Amino acid sequence: MEEVKEDIWELRLYVAGKTARSVAALANLKKYCEEHLKDKYVIEVIDLLVHPQLAEGDQILAIPTLVKKVPEPIRKIIGDLSNEEKVLVGLNIRPAK
Amino acid sequence: MSLEPSESRKQPITLPKSGTGIRGLDEITAGGLPAGRPTLICGAAGSGKTLFSMEFLVHGATQFNEPGVFMAFEEKAEELAVNVASLGFDLNELQREGKIRIDHVHVERSEIEETGEYNLDGLFIRLAYAIDSIGAKRVVLDTIESLFAGLTNQAVLRSELRRLFEWLKEKGVTTIITGEKGEASLTRQGLEEYVSDCVILLDHRVENKISTRILRIVKYRGSIHGTNEYPFLIDEEGISVLPVTSLQLNHSVSSERMSSGIPALDKMLGGEGFFRASSILVSGTAGTGKTSIAGSFVDKTCSDGKRAIYFAFEESPRQIVRNMQSINIDLQSHIDAGLLQFSAARPTLNGLEMHLLNIVKLVEKFNPSVVVLDPISNLITVGSNSEVKSVLTRLIDFLQGLGITVMFTALTLNDNRTEQTDDGVSSLVDVWILVRDIESNGERNRGLYVMKSRGMKHSNQVREFVITDQGLKLVEVFLGPEGVLTGSARETQQLLEKTSEALRDHAVSRKDREIERKRFVLESKIASLKEEFESLQEELNKSYIEDELKKSIMDDNRRELTRKRDDLL
Repeated sequence: MEEVKEDIWELRLYVAGKTARSVAALANLKKYCEEHLKDKYVIEVIDLLVHPQLAEGDQILAIPTLVKKVPEPIRKIIGDLSNEEKVLVGLNIRPAK
Repeated sequence: MSLEPSESRKQPITLPKSGTGIRGLDEITAGGLPAGRPTLICGAAGSGKTLFSMEFLVHGATQFNEPGVFMAFEEKAEELAVNVASLGFDLNELQREGKIRIDHVHVERSEIEETGEYNLDGLFIRLAYAIDSIGAKRVVLDTIESLFAGLTNQAVLRSELRRLFEWLKEKGVTTIITGEKGEASLTRQGLEEYVSDCVILLDHRVENKISTRILRIVKYRGSIHGTNEYPFLIDEEGISVLPVTSLQLNHSVSSERMSSGIPALDKMLGGEGFFRASSILVSGTAGTGKTSIAGSFVDKTCSDGKRAIYFAFEESPRQIVRNMQSINIDLQSHIDAGLLQFSAARPTLNGLEMHLLNIVKLVEKFNPSVVVLDPISNLITVGSNSEVKSVLTRLIDFLQGLGITVMFTALTLNDNRTEQTDDGVSSLVDVWILVRDIESNGERNRGLYVMKSRGMKHSNQVREFVITDQGLKLVEVFLGPEGVLTGSARETQQLLEKTSEALRDHAVSRKDREIERKRFVLESKIASLKEEFESLQEELNKSYIEDELKKSIMDDNRRELTRKRDDLL
């Protein structure tokens, strides 16, 4: 599928401190983005231990949570993002099978 | 060696409680929910879980100065605010004042993709942030089971929930967790497994098309608690649980008497009427004037400046007021003076327990001296005999505890089995007045008996009970040659007796006159005899004097002659 628009993936990764799981999640995410969305993504890492008030806005329950706000629709991917297939589907990079 | 615990034993530290401010609940839980621990409130949809938890928070914020966090998994903050506004809770105001914080947690399954390991730190952080921002002491999680619908990894969820409850305990906040009732377990997701301190079950039961809300404390670790099913009420004042189950027979008694409003009835009751705080049953067949007796009692009470509540289960208040007017009892003036309150409800409106709750609530609010329930027979339609009896027992108990006199009216069936009321309450009451139809000579009249009256001398007589334009009256029943006479038979008998009395009077006076005449005749006879005697006596006296006279003259003559002869010598 050709890219019709120059979409920028705005990604937010919510973590709580530098736990092994959040570090793994961030590493996984960066890897996938580099592979599939080179130069078309922004990753914002939000540490809820520092900004707890931000949890409410995006309805964060699980940690780590990756929120894709743009492009629509909003999707949340929770977990350490170890399953590449699921993450790519979740980010609408690859259509669901 | 004594097996008794020693008197000097130190009182152990008891479980601290967190008052709910919900009427009656603090009583049956001996102070409230366990402070600093989680409590599970479970129940079916619509059983009042959310309202219960909201009241806990609002009361905490307003009465106990304990701010609270409401974490809503189902409703939005605005919806909640609207829902509880009808109970007079202004959530928005409380939120502004920083006493309550509502956090709406929304889990949208379709938006979420799960990949790999995760935990619920996000939820913890949110909750911690909410708690810390207002210094909350109370937390409500309503309904945390929604998480199970949003997240698929059950293993993670369960372990995280366990961690959450532990964490809440560590935080020292008193928590309510609500849970939907499951098929076989208390909650769908078995939350009771994690919350082991206190579990309260709310139920909404429909029997005979009548719904009753029931609350039961399933468990309460470390505290004594009432174990019964307690009916509770949700009305404009929120939830009230009224544990009217105690049956202690230790209330103080009064020897103070109060008039029934019918002087002749008072006379039958040892001359002074009922004892204060006693229970009175007026039973009778249809149309025998039970309501009139009750109305008369209420009228008297209010005229004495005391308060009364009239619970009408059959007629509307206006109807009763109008009907009472016809026998010269003006209840409207007492209503206007604020002394009399009517509460009319069809028995089928509520379950029995609800009726009891309503009565108790109203009584506590109005603080009357007299309560009338007219009639209790209709309550049978919403409960079985034993239920009615149980409710009435508790009601009597409650009212006597407060020193309130209660009058019930009950309909008995016209089957001559007058010794029994169909409600089986006759053994419970202190005074039992029976109004009965006496049918004879083609008319019905009312006879009133005092079947029993504890602790006082009372008449064993049957009185005829007459309802007149001027009020209620008791008339002596005539015991004629053919037995008890009432109504026109009595009047006939009265007339007869009056006639015979007049006749007798007449006869007596005639005899009196006869005697008088006889005496007169005799007296005149005596007088004439006396006259006769006097003339006779005079006659006799006359000859006697003449004789005397003759004799003296002769004596004189003889002496003269003698002297003369002597002279001649």
